[in-house]
Amino acid sequence: MIALLIRDMRLAMRAGGGFGLGLAFFLLVAVLVPLGVGPESATLAKIAPGILWVGALLACLLSLDRLFALDFEDGSLDLLVTAPIPLEGVVAIKALAHWAVTGLPLTLVAPVLGILLNLPDAGFYWLVVSLLLGTPALSMIGAFGAALTVGLKRGGLLLSLLVLPLYVPTLIFGAEVVKRGAEGMATSTPLALLAAITAGASALLPFAAAAAIRINLR
Amino acid sequence: MIPDLGKYADAVLGSYAASLGLITALVAWSLWRGARIRRTLAEVEARAAKAKEAKRNV
Amino acid sequence: MSLWEYANPQKFMQLSRRVLPFVAAASVLCLLGGLAWGFFGTPDDYKQGSTVKIIYLHVPAAMMAINAWVMMLAASLVWLIRRHHVSALAAKAAAPVGLTFTLIALATGALWGQPMWGTWWAWDPRLTSFLILALFYLGYMALWQAVDDPDTAADLTGVLCIVGSVFALLSRYAVNFWNQGLHQGASLSLDKEENVADVFWFPLLVCIAGFVLLFLTLVLLRTRTEIRSRRLNALLARERMG
Repeated sequence: MIALLIRDMRLAMRAGGGFGLGLAFFLLVAVLVPLGVGPESATLAKIAPGILWVGALLACLLSLDRLFALDFEDGSLDLLVTAPIPLEGVVAIKALAHWAVTGLPLTLVAPVLGILLNLPDAGFYWLVVSLLLGTPALSMIGAFGAALTVGLKRGGLLLSLLVLPLYVPTLIFGAEVVKRGAEGMATSTPLALLAAITAGASALLPFAAAAAIRINLR
Repeated sequence: MIPDLGKYADAVLGSYAASLGLITALVAWSLWRGARIRRTLAEVEARAAKAKEAKRNV
Repeated sequence: MSLWEYANPQKFMQLSRRVLPFVAAASVLCLLGGLAWGFFGTPDDYKQGSTVKIIYLHVPAAMMAINAWVMMLAASLVWLIRRHHVSALAAKAAAPVGLTFTLIALATGALWGQPMWGTWWAWDPRLTSFLILALFYLGYMALWQAVDDPDTAADLTGVLCIVGSVFALLSRYAVNFWNQGLHQGASLSLDKEENVADVFWFPLLVCIAGFVLLFLTLVLLRTRTEIRSRRLNALLARERMG
């Protein structure tokens, strides 16, 4: 399983797709929004938590369709299904690898973009914490969506349509943590709910995703 | 005939028009698709029966 | 003789052919009767004026929009557990109906909100949840469209329906939480049960019955079409095989 994790991460880095692209997209969102909204720092400070979370979410979405598609095309997904390790574990590992190459780097660069968007000082800590807690859920939910659409020829657009509504709770709680943090309010309730979504998603969705892959490969 | 709706006539009539329009569209679409599928199915079934008949006669 | 007998497509076709005209007639009767009663026969509300008449469309549509999803969830579970094709096709048939009801609820809500709240749209928890519900319907229908093999499509949409239900519920509570964190909620509250008087209540009941029957009619009709369509595709495939 660890070998699989390392293999997936190395593939993602080398293929040049997911890794750099997601980060560049995140940066572009953070640059484009002030250009569209205007440079008033008070406005930017107000919307910064939401923009950063939506940007991270969309950047995460960008690389999802490669999660299983490459393995499906070259047939290694068939091998993984028949491998001695359970498919649920494979899905979880693949989601973890996806998180390690997108969610984690996004979390690390988010504070830098927070400066660009004039995020209040108190918000930086909560931005990192909420992204760290929330992005695993994004990867796991995304893995479920990718599993549903793995066999389809034009799955990319459909994948976004399926996954984005599922992202709603994560986005709401994540952005709420940062917003409350930036305003100096208590953050423990949304933070706990965000953590609950991540925990629930990583506990249950591997089963749903594995079921979807089995159906698709039947 | 139509009761006096006061200044809100647009909202009320608009709601009824929009809802009935949507429902009519859905019903019409369902009926049209149902009729089309039924027609094609009848055609294909007749063709299949004929093919079976022909095979038996040979 | 058990209920499961009707899971047999042929049995279902026979039964639905007999039942459908009655259900259709009853739904037309209830809908037209209830709406006419509500539109012509009820007084204006002292606060809302004539916009209170929108309630006869808005509330039943909103109710059925949610119930349609619940019905799809039940049908998906039956399909995934007992593998009855009729069940999967009924879930497929119900989705566009549910989406239409969701759109009606949103449209009438916007038209009512414009004079009453002074805005077409507010990010009120209920409104937001309905918008999200519409997105779920769209995704569900798109997945049915995208997958070629009917059994695979039924399986995948069934799994999506179950996972989607969990997330739809989560979203409902998340949205509640989110708006209370920003605004007061009470001024936009839609608590209708409290201030609905009997004059409005009875026609509303008839309209609700009408929407339930309309839903039933359309689902039966569309399920029949889906069953025929499946048989048609099977026959065409056999023809191509020679």
